[in-house]
Amino acid sequence: MRDVAIASFAQATFERSSKDEVELLVDVITRARAESRLSKSDIGFTCSASCDYLGGRPFSFVSALDAVGAWPPISESHVEMDGAWALYEAWVRLQHGDVDAALVYAFGRSSQGNLNQVLSTQLDPYFLAPLWPEGDSLAGLQARAMIDAGVCSEDEIGSIATPRYGDGAAAMVLVAGPLLERASNAAVIRGIDHRIEAHSIGARDLTRSSSTQLAAEKAGACRRDVDVAVACAPYAYQEILLRRALSLTDRTRFTFLGGNSVYPYIVAGLSSVGEAFAKIASGKALSAVAHATSGPCLQQNLVCLLEVQP
Amino acid sequence: MNYAVTRMLAPVRLPFVVTPGEALSRFLSALVEGRLIGERCSECSKVVLPPRGACPTCGIATNPRDNVTVSDGGTVVMFCIVNIPFEGQTIKPPYVYASILLDGADVPLLHLVEVPVDKARMGMRVRAEWAPPTERKPSLEAIRWFVPTGEPDASYEAYKEYA
Repeated sequence: MRDVAIASFAQATFERSSKDEVELLVDVITRARAESRLSKSDIGFTCSASCDYLGGRPFSFVSALDAVGAWPPISESHVEMDGAWALYEAWVRLQHGDVDAALVYAFGRSSQGNLNQVLSTQLDPYFLAPLWPEGDSLAGLQARAMIDAGVCSEDEIGSIATPRYGDGAAAMVLVAGPLLERASNAAVIRGIDHRIEAHSIGARDLTRSSSTQLAAEKAGACRRDVDVAVACAPYAYQEILLRRALSLTDRTRFTFLGGNSVYPYIVAGLSSVGEAFAKIASGKALSAVAHATSGPCLQQNLVCLLEVQP
Repeated sequence: MNYAVTRMLAPVRLPFVVTPGEALSRFLSALVEGRLIGERCSECSKVVLPPRGACPTCGIATNPRDNVTVSDGGTVVMFCIVNIPFEGQTIKPPYVYASILLDGADVPLLHLVEVPVDKARMGMRVRAEWAPPTERKPSLEAIRWFVPTGEPDASYEAYKEYA
């Protein structure tokens, strides 16, 4: 294993944007590249994150490459997931040791469809999806399970409101090896891990986030006395499960992205890591934990531990 | 009763309202006025059409100041003859679908060419036949098809970079 660090991050989030994916991305990628002080040719690997179901357009990640300037041809990959998983792939790629910088980006324009309905299509196609349980309905079931199990009271849960899904894009530059030595204000990824629970909602214990807990343990972030933690999830009540699963100390300043703020689906997880990085880069923290989630009712979770560049 | 289920129907219908973005909106609005606009990259000077708000080669942002009007005449750099009927087809096969390099653009545009299929060829000079102004919508259907101009064919050297 070698140290891989975040050198820069840029994002743009909107309730609804008149820009298309290329226009959103070219802005954040240009800013992230400039902040990292690396040029296009320094980037040895590019990994993008998007989901065609958001915009209802096939292969949107291919046309999004117009924002990158993929000439001469580049080494590139894509995940149909939140950008935090593109970050994970880029981190793995940089472990190979033959390239020292990677660009990670994510985009989503969920304002073009009804995301609450669209999310039904990620469920099992035989037994669940034909019933069209919307995102809100599944969230309601999870909240009810939490109340019944005594995890929290009905008052603490509040109401299950449809998240304010928005449009957005984010970009991040990672460095390793000699490019990390030359970097300033970078945040080293000390640990990163992601875990997934069963696809079937009925097969899971919805009253705890076991995959968050396991990912946090494997990333070395569990019960860690870090300065800040940033977690994200679309529904406000999910903050309760995430706080428990991450088992942070009282000293840690905890930020939750989601609930009442605009939630840029597919971008939110990478934003979470980006916010944690920004706290370190600006000198407000020496260590941070970041969390990202994907799938219904916190099915899949990623945790990473960041520390200031030594 | 015990029988094998060999098929189940689970219809999926998801409505989307797709917005084209700012650069493409300018392009589509101009089509209604009978104009084709591209974007000139400030770094490599290439003209991209339809515009996307970024130069796909350089990866830098373009803006409305980079808009250039491109000719509605150009050269067929590649073509195919469509012989196969498919759902939603509006023209009876066989017909010619071509990659047309408009004069002043650096990215060929895909469109129909109104020419007998045995007369289609690379290098053929063509011009847009626009739909009447009242029938134009913000789509490439504002151009009905391209028709041969009768000019001498362009030399292969003139367009080989785009073929």
